Amino acid sequence: MKYKGRFGDYGGFYVPEVLIPALEELEEAFYRFHEDEGFVAELAQLFRDYAGRPSPLYHAKRFSEHVGFKVYLKREDLLHGGAHKVNNTLGQGLLARHMGKTRLIAETGAGQHGLATAMIGALFGMQTKIFMGVTDVERQSVNVHKMRLCGAEVIGVEGGTGTLKDAINDALRYWTAHVGDTFYLFGTAGGPHPYPVIVKHFQSCIGTEARRQCLDQIGRLPDMVVACVGGGSNAIGIFSGFMDDRDVRLVGVEAGGEGLSTGRHAATLVAGQVGILHGAKVYLLQDEHGQVCDTESISAGLDYPGVGPEHCWLKDTGRAEYAAADDEDVLDAFELLTRTEGILPALESSHALAYICSLKGKLGPEQVVVVNLSGRGDKDVSIVESHRPVQQ
Amino acid sequence: MKTYSEVFSGLRSQKRAAMIPFFVIGDPDFDVSLAVVETAIDAGADVLELGIPFSDPIADGPTIQRADIRAMNAGMNVGRALEFIRKVKAYRDIPIGLLMYYNLVSRYGASRFFSDFHQAGVNSVLVADLSIDDADEIVAPAASAGLDTVFMVTPNTAADRIGLIASRTTGFIYTVSVLGVTGSRESLSDAVEGLVGRLKQLTDVPVCVGFGISKPEHAAAVAEAGADGVIIGSKIVSLIENNLNDEEKMLADISTFLTEVKAAIGNAAHPRG
Repeated sequence: MKYKGRFGDYGGFYVPEVLIPALEELEEAFYRFHEDEGFVAELAQLFRDYAGRPSPLYHAKRFSEHVGFKVYLKREDLLHGGAHKVNNTLGQGLLARHMGKTRLIAETGAGQHGLATAMIGALFGMQTKIFMGVTDVERQSVNVHKMRLCGAEVIGVEGGTGTLKDAINDALRYWTAHVGDTFYLFGTAGGPHPYPVIVKHFQSCIGTEARRQCLDQIGRLPDMVVACVGGGSNAIGIFSGFMDDRDVRLVGVEAGGEGLSTGRHAATLVAGQVGILHGAKVYLLQDEHGQVCDTESISAGLDYPGVGPEHCWLKDTGRAEYAAADDEDVLDAFELLTRTEGILPALESSHALAYICSLKGKLGPEQVVVVNLSGRGDKDVSIVESHRPVQQ
Repeated sequence: MKTYSEVFSGLRSQKRAAMIPFFVIGDPDFDVSLAVVETAIDAGADVLELGIPFSDPIADGPTIQRADIRAMNAGMNVGRALEFIRKVKAYRDIPIGLLMYYNLVSRYGASRFFSDFHQAGVNSVLVADLSIDDADEIVAPAASAGLDTVFMVTPNTAADRIGLIASRTTGFIYTVSVLGVTGSRESLSDAVEGLVGRLKQLTDVPVCVGFGISKPEHAAAVAEAGADGVIIGSKIVSLIENNLNDEEKMLADISTFLTEVKAAIGNAAHPRG
């Protein structure tokens, strides 16, 4: 490998030897193409015409009235596929095509990354396999159906708790045996180097746009930028635009599940300890023997015991802060945005909104908070209904 | 304590490859696992390769994943693995290669991990998800604890990396015969012979071959390719899994299979012969 892929001591590429050549090939291709004029132009056109970029920055006035400060939503939920995931799948998909790969594989939790990969598989005419835990297949059946409609094969993974972690395990195993013609389209800003760098690169459009939109629409930078964190791709994407603006607070919100004290959560940065999982040294939810813990969250997309290495480093350096939101507060925030703005947020993004709600009374009326509304909540309607039946 | 060099140089003078069975420590539970390992020793194992179960074994196929789950469900952990190794060594002084994932080492503390396992009787460590690029994190602490460090070479490892791996590996080189994870396979990869040959030109460190070896004739072919050792994992683990309700048959099946493998290796025409 050309680079170490470290953020402080975090990251790296802790993988079996058999995967090293594939990661080397990927790293070499990424650095060859990511600033190549033709590649950049093609991706920019796809971002605009296929995905629907730039996404709007929307002043959610009625929601703002409720919390007592100005809340702006970065509307990644309006992108094709319904989430920010398409930024990364277009970027990596294009990279795969430039590398001459004919097959795509991906892991998925909520199904958003799986769907965004299946879309790109269809777009580029590549054979696509999506690895998805059986628990997630069940609770995100709409996305599973959409993936299959796009022509992807969805492989239900039985191991562990049948969630994102297990899907990554099996995708890595499959890749090990098919490294020649297969591109592993990794969905989050985690995993072995070079994925954290690649995913951040393709998601950085969120932050670049959001910063420019703040200056254009508000005339100043926000006081705070908030995003949910599972692996952390949407968060690193929006944070990247404000990293050098030291007065802008960056806050990542993890899944507090049934509450941190219950142990049934996925708040890796808040409650984890440093370890090695899926190729990277990161904060990790693990037991005293080093076995990785099962996680719990209402949102499949955040149900993961690890996190991207750059977030670990941002936490340690203090440049970003991390908090957790419990399932109940997340549902409250989901309902509040839906009732006040007519926007159904994904349960993942609702974690960021729940944190915003917790700031009620703590920020002044002129203060500005930008929330990355990373996805839309259509996929979550039945989950919300099962927890909070609508009273007519 | 018996060393690798004693075993491998003894076998080289007999023109024979080592039989190295692999087990997940504590599969299906502590006591049966110990009986299984003792059976393997009695059936002629020259070296043991023992794995500590892990929650997320990304280099392993379904057979060993299930063995990991059985062992963890029966309470196996790093501390009990130490106790297990001590019991094996009390039964027979046989070299032991320990295989594990990096998080288990990291959580326990690398220096303490290596020194405790060396004291328990382990000869070498192989960290499945740590490549030669990060060898510095383990080679020095393992060596100062008295342990050899084993690294893997795979069919897609570039020539310059093979040189690097050969130069930094002590104990033996673990040569993976196929692209993929652990698991029994019907036929042996054609890549084995060339890979073993290339390694033999580069190093005097013993070269052992594993992954996908499930039949006595595979073992014989690996020995004929010039390997110093034949590692058999998933096939034996499946003999445990197929006989979970009949310990007697489990031990008998393992004994029979390893006896056949041992004979096949013994009859193989070793290239140095």
